[in-house]
Amino acid sequence: MGKISLNQVTKSFGDVQVIPPLDLDINEGEFVVFVGPSGCGKSTLLRLIAGLEDTTSGHISIDDQDATTLPPAKRGLAMVFQSYALYPHMSVRKNIAFPMRMAGVDEATQKAKIDAAAAALNLTDYLDRKPGQLSGGQRQRVAIGRAIVREPAAFLFDEPLSNLDAALRVGMRLEIMELHKKLETTMIYVTHDQVEAMTMADKIVVLQAGVIEQVGSPLELYHSPRNKFVAGFIGSPKMNLIEGPEAAKHDATTIGIRPEHLTVSKTEGAWKGRVGVAEHLGSDTFIHVHDTGLMDMMTVRITGDIEARHGDTIYLTPIADQMHRFDAQGLRIG
Amino acid sequence: MARAITTQKKVMWTALAWAFGLMMFFPILWTFLTSFKTEAAAISDPPVWLFFDWTFENYAAVQERSNYPKALMNSIIIAVGSTLLGILIAVPAAWAMAFVPGRKTKDILLWMLSTKMLPAVGVLYPLVLLAKWLGVMDSRILLIVVLMLINLPIIVWMLYTYFREIPGEILEAARMDGAGLRSEIIYVLTPMALPGIASTILLNIILAWNEAFWTILLTTVNAAPLTAFIASFSAPEGLFYAKLSAASMMAIAPILIMGWFSQKQLVRGLTFGAVK
Repeated sequence: MGKISLNQVTKSFGDVQVIPPLDLDINEGEFVVFVGPSGCGKSTLLRLIAGLEDTTSGHISIDDQDATTLPPAKRGLAMVFQSYALYPHMSVRKNIAFPMRMAGVDEATQKAKIDAAAAALNLTDYLDRKPGQLSGGQRQRVAIGRAIVREPAAFLFDEPLSNLDAALRVGMRLEIMELHKKLETTMIYVTHDQVEAMTMADKIVVLQAGVIEQVGSPLELYHSPRNKFVAGFIGSPKMNLIEGPEAAKHDATTIGIRPEHLTVSKTEGAWKGRVGVAEHLGSDTFIHVHDTGLMDMMTVRITGDIEARHGDTIYLTPIADQMHRFDAQGLRIG
Repeated sequence: MARAITTQKKVMWTALAWAFGLMMFFPILWTFLTSFKTEAAAISDPPVWLFFDWTFENYAAVQERSNYPKALMNSIIIAVGSTLLGILIAVPAAWAMAFVPGRKTKDILLWMLSTKMLPAVGVLYPLVLLAKWLGVMDSRILLIVVLMLINLPIIVWMLYTYFREIPGEILEAARMDGAGLRSEIIYVLTPMALPGIASTILLNIILAWNEAFWTILLTTVNAAPLTAFIASFSAPEGLFYAKLSAASMMAIAPILIMGWFSQKQLVRGLTFGAVK
């Protein structure tokens, strides 16, 4: 269970079309991440699937049943919100019980499921507290517990980790991935963070202005981005995109080379530049290079540590078979 | 010397605030004192303050001459009834305006409020005719409906501002959790808005309790509440200030006591929407 199909779905707010006709298939048990810059329509798309927004036209089916006009309560999906959206007047226990109470599940089953969810999410000691007495991470776990007990066809996550601090985010990311491995339920996850997308997804859907730019596995997107937008969006630090005569040498309008696909030398290389800022992470060093004559600022990623002082001359050489070429429309060549 | 100036200012402002407070309270104080005077002392010139023969005869006379318990009961039924009926209608209305606003929601809210600016007497004639035609003149149900309609804009506005403070995502979560509209309002929205709903109820009971235009004009004997009870003492037989004061005290005492015990809720109600 948990197959979701969108067929020519559109959404307009008043006269503004935020999602032009869009097709998407999500398979059973997949972990799908919607990623894109803010305002790209990824949350709207999730809310359309949830039923919290009405589609303007097109069809949504869940497990081969037409769900286009079904209210959210009838779609059998569970959602975890960025703001947790817990019921502040109810204890943790009652929060988790709420979907079962709405479904008319008997007390004994409710209790068993609450205990199981609480044990799995380390919430056993907090069941009688109110959400206001919990930390951010605990609150998000309650929200996940509330979703689990519903035994939904699919889980929908709307930027669930954005309100957490960095350390907690990494921990919760792992917990959600483990949950997916254990439950094998379809999960749709919205984020603007491409690192989250790359690490969590079976399938990434890259969106821009309501349009799907590319759908694929994280490595497909990394190795063969379909266009300049995906090339620039996936990967950190961002891909260097070079236009002009240097690109023309490779029969392209734009060539792209990832920071990790440049070799560095202090004496010789294809391109010459001047070191701007070097960011030392210990395991890696990011060097921002100016005055290459190719683009404003080029980024290089080197494994390990390297001495690079501000103003030093530096030579860069791209690894030939790792170069991406794009045509005048920004689409991939080859 | 900054501190000295601050203290001086504090004293000045405190004195000023007390002066204003006493000025506002004075009519009630004077009514209270007058209710314990003889009719002669009540109209004496210069007025007497505290040194007069305190008497309870006015309260006894008022009780003898009219049916206080009945008027009190009518007031309670009409004030509480009209408020609860209003809440029942206003909760769904405010829900719709706060959580699924349309393009005209703001206009509707303002239009509703604008009906409060219409002079009540403007609709007196049609309303009396309608009530007579329906055979409900001088009935509690008529007053409950009329006062409900009069206060409905305020009830909707107050609830609307309280509901607006509730994050929509929580209601969406309830919908995702399988709650229908009814369950969403009963189990999630209402408990969260309870402080707001409580102050709305309190304020509107007071408004309905004090409403004097319709309650006096649409009742004679059966449904006459305390407002009509007081009015009956500003009688054609002449001026009976002391008895009128006693009747007034008896009419405002219940609501004054209720207000005293629910001050906190009321303050929140009166400043609704001003602070979060």
